Amino acid sequence: MSASQVAQGRLVTPFYSRQRELDTLNRWHEWKGYTVADAFYCAELEYFAIRNATAVFDLTPMTKYRIRGVDATAYLDRLMTRDMYGLAVGRVAYAVWCNDAGQVLDDGTVFRLGEHDYRLCSQERHFDWLCASAAGFDVEVVHETAEIAALAVQGPTSFSTLERMGLGDVRSLKPFDLMSVDYAGTPIVVSRTGFTGDLGYEVWLPPILAEAFWDDLFTAGAPVGIRAIGGDALELARIEAGYLVAGVDFLPADEIVRPGRGRSPLELGLEWLVDFGKPHFNGRRALAEEWRTGPRRRFVRLDVDGNKPARDAYIYARPGGGKQVGFVTSAAWSPVCKRSIALGTVDARYGKPGDTLWVEIYYNQEMRWRRKMARASVVEGPFWDPPRRRTTPPVPY
Amino acid sequence: MKRYDALVLGAGHNGLTTAAFLARAGLRVLCLEKNDYIGGAAVSRNLYKDWIYSNCSYVCSLLRPEIFRALELERHGLQITPFGGSLTFMENGDYFGSYHDPAVAYREMVRHSRRDADAYVRYRADTRRQCRLIRDFLLTTPPDPTSFRAADLRALKAIGGKLAELDEMQMYDTLRFWTSSVADFLSEYFETDVIKAALSGSGIIGTALGVYSPGTAYVLLHHYMGDIDGNVGAWGYARGGMGAVSNALAGAFRAAGGELRTEAGVSQILVKKGKVSGVVLDNDEEIEADVVVSAMDVKRTFLDCMQASDLPGSFRHRIEHFKIRGSSGKLNIALDGLPEFPALPKGSPLYHADMHFIDSLSRMERAYDDWKDGAWSADPYIDMVIPTMTDPTMAPPGKHFMSCFVQYCPHKLQGRDWTQPEREAFAQTVIDQIARYSPNFKDLILHVEIRTPEDIEAEIGITEGNIFHGELTLDQLLFNRPVPGFSQYRAPVSGLYLCGSSTHPGGGVMAAPGANAAREILRDLKRPNPVPPSYEDD
Repeated sequence: MSASQVAQGRLVTPFYSRQRELDTLNRWHEWKGYTVADAFYCAELEYFAIRNATAVFDLTPMTKYRIRGVDATAYLDRLMTRDMYGLAVGRVAYAVWCNDAGQVLDDGTVFRLGEHDYRLCSQERHFDWLCASAAGFDVEVVHETAEIAALAVQGPTSFSTLERMGLGDVRSLKPFDLMSVDYAGTPIVVSRTGFTGDLGYEVWLPPILAEAFWDDLFTAGAPVGIRAIGGDALELARIEAGYLVAGVDFLPADEIVRPGRGRSPLELGLEWLVDFGKPHFNGRRALAEEWRTGPRRRFVRLDVDGNKPARDAYIYARPGGGKQVGFVTSAAWSPVCKRSIALGTVDARYGKPGDTLWVEIYYNQEMRWRRKMARASVVEGPFWDPPRRRTTPPVPY
Repeated sequence: MKRYDALVLGAGHNGLTTAAFLARAGLRVLCLEKNDYIGGAAVSRNLYKDWIYSNCSYVCSLLRPEIFRALELERHGLQITPFGGSLTFMENGDYFGSYHDPAVAYREMVRHSRRDADAYVRYRADTRRQCRLIRDFLLTTPPDPTSFRAADLRALKAIGGKLAELDEMQMYDTLRFWTSSVADFLSEYFETDVIKAALSGSGIIGTALGVYSPGTAYVLLHHYMGDIDGNVGAWGYARGGMGAVSNALAGAFRAAGGELRTEAGVSQILVKKGKVSGVVLDNDEEIEADVVVSAMDVKRTFLDCMQASDLPGSFRHRIEHFKIRGSSGKLNIALDGLPEFPALPKGSPLYHADMHFIDSLSRMERAYDDWKDGAWSADPYIDMVIPTMTDPTMAPPGKHFMSCFVQYCPHKLQGRDWTQPEREAFAQTVIDQIARYSPNFKDLILHVEIRTPEDIEAEIGITEGNIFHGELTLDQLLFNRPVPGFSQYRAPVSGLYLCGSSTHPGGGVMAAPGANAAREILRDLKRPNPVPPSYEDD
């Protein structure tokens, strides 16, 4: 046997050639082994493509698994905390899954492609856990990250872009619907899903079609303001949408060294994803006990006074400080809401919707550190939730 | 007859801001608008097929984020999108661009002058220092320096405190900055004609002054002191046109229980025993109220809508001499496609920028000379934007809307009314100047709306069509705006207030005058104040 060596350096996605052509900044980062852009020309203006026109984000590096077999539904129902029997063919579900201690391993989206055919998309890699959980089920779990090229097409003109492209009956797709459409003689999947909290779609296709699809997409979208975006712009949009990111707003339970650092779904504001009516699922016993005694922590969305982002801020119950009751995990100035927003974790006794908390913000003002205690109101639901996100058929812009 | 706590005259952005805050404080408020649409000069008009025109104000930066947030304008549909960039075409076929990305902006400046590129660092720090001085006072009522009331003394002390933070030389520079011309100011930093010309535009937009006129350096500041999401000096579009600003404010007003009436122009503000009692509409209908707030400019309010005998003579005299002069016009154009500018590389991000066609201070000044002669500029300063490059909602896909702000353009031609052929000749001057840099531009024109100051005055009601409701020079700023002794939004008649751009801090789609006025009115009525304070340290 000749010696072989794995690929050195970062991998590129099937859209890389097109993104290189558009890039003006040469700012890239690593995402699960792939090189992806922070931004292509200006993170701030790219963000506005999400809220104003059509933004295209390459999500190929997202971890993807194919789950097939006659027991696929039963398997997923056992794996996930939510009911999976209710997920119809052609629908997508947001879901979390836990270890036996009821601590979240990850969150992700489950696409029901067929009667016994699912795709699971997640931030982290879980092949070991998915295989171990399959014991006793007639399912096959296949890792297909590299076999599926994926683009998020998001923003108020994203529907117009796809419709101008003539991509099947996009018009009738409702939020969390998916459909198979013909593209260049090959079936590809379009879903009305995304990570921006706005009108938007995701497209899943074989890598061989990636470049041609990109070109057709950008031609169709040109008159309605299509733009490629990098990770910086998406990050801001997802905070406005109030979405969690594994590794930022919680840590996957299997990575954690120290006790007590994991989070249950109940502690992440995801109790609506936990179905205690199911006879069994991973983590059920621990979560039922936690439900009985009450979770220790609470996930909060904060509307923070002033205009300084509360990055990494400690959270207090009183303006004078005193006992620290939590901390901010994600924060930004929201350009669409014109307010300072934050996601965080607090002691469960605090932070009910409508409550007032205080965040301690530090910022450097020309070689002088300033400290500010800012009032933060706990809000329910996403910061940004425009009607166009749900309207079906979608509005043209 | 229904009685209101307060009437707001004019449903422009300031009138609606005052109205929304008063309604939020629990007052029964009626906002009256003479036109059959709301928005005043912040409007989106559907004047040609499916095109939406921002046919008066056309870009947004100054709108105070504190007001946006307090009135939850995003829930009422307002989205501001920055366009990032600016561009000046040169007669020699080159161009000077400014870009959102600082590294790119630097490289472009070096292409014209390495020295200017480095001087820009100092220029930016100096202008930002001045912005910092003024920004804190946008959402405050100017103190009356002659009164000895505690509130005025506190406010004066705050201004003094800000000034005291400066070192000696910076204090001298501040005084010079507030009084010097933009041309002289820029010449202290830059050597390149096109860079000076490009930066000088912000010093004269909306004024009846030239780049060499004292006081224009401050006007530059007025255009720099706004921000979009913390990017001080950035400009953007209201998605769906500038009417989105007014519509969102009206949404907030209605949500708070306010009432709006269009086609309800006011002919007379009624005064009984030295106190305001209501208004008479153009159709002779009378409406009573304890408080009347005028969003109209001061000349229109006091000279056109009030009896001379209801006002102190000296006050009326000052108002008569308030400087509010028509100096700019507009062309709003529907285009069949995107005009090509061969000077720019294909696909240049500068197609999103605001574009200009004058490349030297001497050409800028000559444009002003024509205005002084009572004519429109033969070689005008045009601030041209194609909002549809950024905002896909304003024209059918692939088609475009173009807004051309044109300076200088007089209110009357040598003292007489404009004729139709003269209006068309004015438009042709503008079109010809753009066409010199875009060979296919003329072929793409589908429809043109021509707006002289006379047209703007007739339609919107602003005296002489002056976009700022009065010149932004030091003699008419802060506690001198509109006139000494009346800078705190109160008219000399009890119960009558001002909330338009004739008051501090002046024009632009800022909404600060409207918010400040609401705060003063509610203070007089001893009501809780829903008007937000200014963000600190920004």
